[in-house]
Amino acid sequence: MNVIEAEGTRLLAAVRAILAAKGLVNDTEIAERIEATDRASPGQGARMVAKAWLDPEYRRLMLEDGTRAAEAVGIPMRGMLPLGVLENTDDVHHLVVCTLCSCYPRAVLGYPPFWFKSAGYRARAVRDPRGLIAEWGTVLPAARRIRVVDSTADYRWMVLPQRPAGTDGWSMEQLAALVREGDMIGVTLPAVP
Amino acid sequence: MTLAAGTAVRVRLDWPEARGPAHIRTPHYLRGKPGIVVRHLGDFRNPEDIAFARPAALLPLYHVRFDPHELWADGVTGDEVQVEIYGSWLEEVTT
Repeated sequence: MNVIEAEGTRLLAAVRAILAAKGLVNDTEIAERIEATDRASPGQGARMVAKAWLDPEYRRLMLEDGTRAAEAVGIPMRGMLPLGVLENTDDVHHLVVCTLCSCYPRAVLGYPPFWFKSAGYRARAVRDPRGLIAEWGTVLPAARRIRVVDSTADYRWMVLPQRPAGTDGWSMEQLAALVREGDMIGVTLPAVP
Repeated sequence: MTLAAGTAVRVRLDWPEARGPAHIRTPHYLRGKPGIVVRHLGDFRNPEDIAFARPAALLPLYHVRFDPHELWADGVTGDEVQVEIYGSWLEEVTT
């Protein structure tokens, strides 16, 4: 078979057969991975954020080892790159970008939004982060530092945003429903509607 | 030797892509720029070799912090740009 001209589904079947024959990965594992990829969405990261807001022990784990924190709430991380978690505080706000391509913590946030991969977002995030997030209506106090994290290599990064005011006594589910993908990239801040 | 947090470094001013096919995870805008090591993130196989199916050595990967004003004429000192850089791209700066 000519690999360049082969029909896609036949090529895929051939590659899967070779992987199985070599004992590298079997059909069940591939099915599991497809299922995990389909399940991955910003809702997964939002569950982690909400839990971190309510549980200081979990928050510590999340900041120390994002991968273990994701696994602790049932998100499959096997074969994924290490997950780092960036904590927003009164002093520093994090903004994640991948200037080289589209590195994104897919296991916990799903597919990246279309703009995350755009040349405009990638160029402006490192050069004019305040002007960029202002386009989402996000305005930070002047004294707040912005730390742009350019994801270039073997880690994947998500932001742990600050818990918004007016959410005292909220349940984990209520809190998780507040958190949007942009809050975990750093272009927006969670807010009570 | 692993670079300690706080070490002053400079990203090598090098353009391997000008010499032939290359896969490089060090963004252009950081080449030749000074930074500070934040922490050692672990050791990973050199992606520049993995991309070409060559034997790939384990390299230390660092989170390195840069002053935006060192990167851009209109960069704001006080803000930060933090990037993963492999040890092979860093030179220690001695003052």
